[in-house]
Amino acid sequence: MMSRSAIGVLLYIFLGPLVGGLIAGIDRKISARMQGRYGPPVLQPFYDVLKLLSKESIAVNGIQNFFIFCFLIFIIFTGSLFFMGGDILLVIFALTLSSIFMVLGAFSANSAYSNIGAIRELMQMMAYEPMILLTAIGFYVVTRSFNITDIMSFETPLVLYLPGIFLGFAYILTIKLRKSPFDISMSHHAHQEVVKGITTEFSGSTLAMIEIAHWYENVFLMGFIFLFFVWKMPGSWLVGLAACAFMYFAEIVIDNASARFKWQLAFGSSWIVAAALGFTNLLILFLMK
Amino acid sequence: MRMSFMKKSPWILHYDGTSCNGCDIEVLACLTPLYDVERFGVVNTGNPKHADILLITGSINEQNKDVVWQLFNQMPNPKVVVAVGVCATSGGIFAECYNVMGGVDKIIPVDVYVPGCAARPESIIDGVIKAVEILEEKRAALVKRRKKAGVRRARRPVTLSNMFLIEKGM
Repeated sequence: MMSRSAIGVLLYIFLGPLVGGLIAGIDRKISARMQGRYGPPVLQPFYDVLKLLSKESIAVNGIQNFFIFCFLIFIIFTGSLFFMGGDILLVIFALTLSSIFMVLGAFSANSAYSNIGAIRELMQMMAYEPMILLTAIGFYVVTRSFNITDIMSFETPLVLYLPGIFLGFAYILTIKLRKSPFDISMSHHAHQEVVKGITTEFSGSTLAMIEIAHWYENVFLMGFIFLFFVWKMPGSWLVGLAACAFMYFAEIVIDNASARFKWQLAFGSSWIVAAALGFTNLLILFLMK
Repeated sequence: MRMSFMKKSPWILHYDGTSCNGCDIEVLACLTPLYDVERFGVVNTGNPKHADILLITGSINEQNKDVVWQLFNQMPNPKVVVAVGVCATSGGIFAECYNVMGGVDKIIPVDVYVPGCAARPESIIDGVIKAVEILEEKRAALVKRRKKAGVRRARRPVTLSNMFLIEKGM
């Protein structure tokens, strides 16, 4: 008989890209409707990726495609660790490693535009890392465990103990989902970008791999939101899913309602938010105990 | 035969040569709520390496001929070129200028000519839809040629053997 963690990993590996692609399609449709347009079909992201697979792949440098392949593999590894209920610290380290592979790929292409994108991606990583770590620490302080299975079976929803950390995480979620105002290294919208930021030098099947990796990543990030709202009660996963849907919708609204920040503001504000909301939340928890 | 998605997601690279900007504005009008080309999966990308269709407004002159040539060569196969407006098709009102070479086909092969001064958004969309059909034909031809030569996929440039494949248009 398969254990629960093995089922979690298999579901993530096979259903992850389907759910992620569907979310991306709904995202594009809702964005279009918000702008008064009809919008593309909901399955458009799948069409895009399947088309990219049949295109020629132009590489300046053989290694850059390998780095992107590693990016995809490590994103899947990160998500698998998460959905098997592993250690949340390990998940965070694997996530950082996967992003580093993407940055390396962009740097190795040796084009000015992709270098700018890579540097901006590093800036974004510096911006969101502290808050992600604070989130893990917050989970530990409340539940006394870094293990995701333990965190999920706590007796009350964690968001009641960690409202500040939740808001801080929501702030950096915008960076991770590459939504405006934080889509500094790569934007999904037309002509907001220095050529196409970090993805400039990737084409064909390599670009398809980047897209698929983003689908995996988005599903995994929604898992993080899920953790805040799920508790021991059997039906509570419904609350978690509703929270994920609401958060993603809020991100689309923010994306469509805001212009891009300069990197200084993006970087500074996310550290201030991490300190003001995340750290204060932790401090209050320590004082209450 | 494998089902193709080439027709469902044409990504466009737009370049404006010597023109009055009239066609340029009409191309951007296609993205607005009134026409919304994104419902056909069209994305206006700023990057030749992501593009399937090169949409050129305005004529070719001595200054931009190298730029257009570069953009065309940086696009991955299969690809098509659409010349929008009379300037792009023949040089139009600027044809007699001392620096103007003429239409886009003086430099790169053009697949679809969209007439008009300025070309209306409806005819631009019509041209793009025609271009998408040619794109699909080119993809099928490419697959056939690759199969005949026994190669799965050409990656460029990297190795000498690939250079040989590129010369043969694979």
